[in-house]
Amino acid sequence: MLAVEGLTTVYGAVRAVDDVSLEAAEGSVTTVLGANGAGKTSLLRTITGLVPAKAGQVTMDGSSITRLPVEEIVRRGVAHVPEGRGVIAELTVEENLRLGGLWRGKEAAPMSEIYELFPRLQERQAQPASRLSGGERQMLSIGRALMARPRVLLLDEPSLGLAPVIVAQLMGIVRSLADTLGLAVLLVEQNARSALSIADRGIVLNLGRVVADQPPSELVADERLRHAYLGF
Amino acid sequence: MTKFIDLTLSGISNGAVYAAVALALVLIWRATRIVNFAQGAMLMITTFIASAVISSSGSYWLGFFVALTSGLVFGAVVERVVVRPVEGAPPLNAVILTLGLYTLLVAAAGMIWGNTPRSFPAAFSLQGYKVGGTRLLFTPNDTFIVLVVLGVAGLLALLFRATSLGLQLRASAFAPEVARLLGVRVKRMFTIGWALAAVAGSLAGVLVAPSVFLGPNSFDPILISGFVAAVLGGLDSPPGAVIGGMILGLALSYVAGYEGSALVPLAALVILVVVLMVRPSGLFSASKERRV
Repeated sequence: MLAVEGLTTVYGAVRAVDDVSLEAAEGSVTTVLGANGAGKTSLLRTITGLVPAKAGQVTMDGSSITRLPVEEIVRRGVAHVPEGRGVIAELTVEENLRLGGLWRGKEAAPMSEIYELFPRLQERQAQPASRLSGGERQMLSIGRALMARPRVLLLDEPSLGLAPVIVAQLMGIVRSLADTLGLAVLLVEQNARSALSIADRGIVLNLGRVVADQPPSELVADERLRHAYLGF
Repeated sequence: MTKFIDLTLSGISNGAVYAAVALALVLIWRATRIVNFAQGAMLMITTFIASAVISSSGSYWLGFFVALTSGLVFGAVVERVVVRPVEGAPPLNAVILTLGLYTLLVAAAGMIWGNTPRSFPAAFSLQGYKVGGTRLLFTPNDTFIVLVVLGVAGLLALLFRATSLGLQLRASAFAPEVARLLGVRVKRMFTIGWALAAVAGSLAGVLVAPSVFLGPNSFDPILISGFVAAVLGGLDSPPGAVIGGMILGLALSYVAGYEGSALVPLAALVILVVVLMVRPSGLFSASKERRV
């Protein structure tokens, strides 16, 4: 569904993303792993057009979206949940959700669907998002992205700063989104162990380059790779 | 006692005008983090346009309507033509540009309409109401000023709070990048924000013009008061701008009445300094929530 070919992003003299190719297929979870500064966030930001690509291509169903403005890429069905959760603290929970489905008009997901998935959000719907806990904010960001019924979901370090129990819960939800809604999920994580536990494919980045692209079981079995890049 | 009532009422009327200018500044600051120093000159231009329409058509209300619509268009054009090219550059660039625009507009107005201040009609009578045997300073036109400013502020609040466009405007102001990721056309929202701000500004222009006369530099003191009101209210809070305007209007009116009008500009600056020292985020700023 989403394909990235030879994507390169440059900040000054730094090649943050260097000739990266990958695919995210319908109903699958692809995780992108690597240390801080490996280029994971830059990769997602280049896919959604927040940062211009220096070279390479991003395609949705075979047609290029590489040079489109962010708003257009979103309209092709790509939802990006940014790092740091990206909830708009000044807006209420409900306003955040409504905003997510606005461009979809009548075809947006009904809010009840999101509340079914994240009951905590319904309890807090009238509160400003600034009052939410870290886990709730993450749920709000994901729920808000789902409002537009996307086909591709890009998640940037959703587990950052969350308690292990919440992380496990969250990973379960991400997996089920791929299984039940058929979403192509691209999951960027530093928490390699949790991400690999739900992924169909694991990609390891180092200094912007792909150093491994394998099924999770093979990644976990490769002791050298684990020690060098995944930290467990 | 009559003096106190007079001062209070005229403070409210002046405050309404400051509130409208403060709204114009706040809407732009909130959306783009730019203090629009050209605001005073922009509302001067739209008031000159209104003046031309009124004198050629003889209809105050046509002029009033043209002032607001030309403000709407002017605000959008300034954003697209002047501000957009420096978007993403350091905010100081845009601030310098608005200062340049101020100079340009004042000079252009002087060339087109001349530098001699001219009179501008009021919507309603400038004769004070008669209560019992005494005549108040507060006039039917002051009633109009207060009501129309509160009306416009209420409409803006409704737009921001109760419509999808308002939700997108707020989202673009608070978190432009996140808004883009949610499909909001943020640049278009900035244009709309500037347009709405300029409407509030041009409203202030036609309301205050009868009492300050109309000339290229007539509105400079109003811009300063509007800025103090905006800071008082918290710079990024539209309700704060309205309340800040009212508080400032009252305070300056009492100073003028009891201490002499020569002290008014000084009092405005003292209020500004005190607010910045005691409560730099203003009375109603949302920025505390933002820091969480």
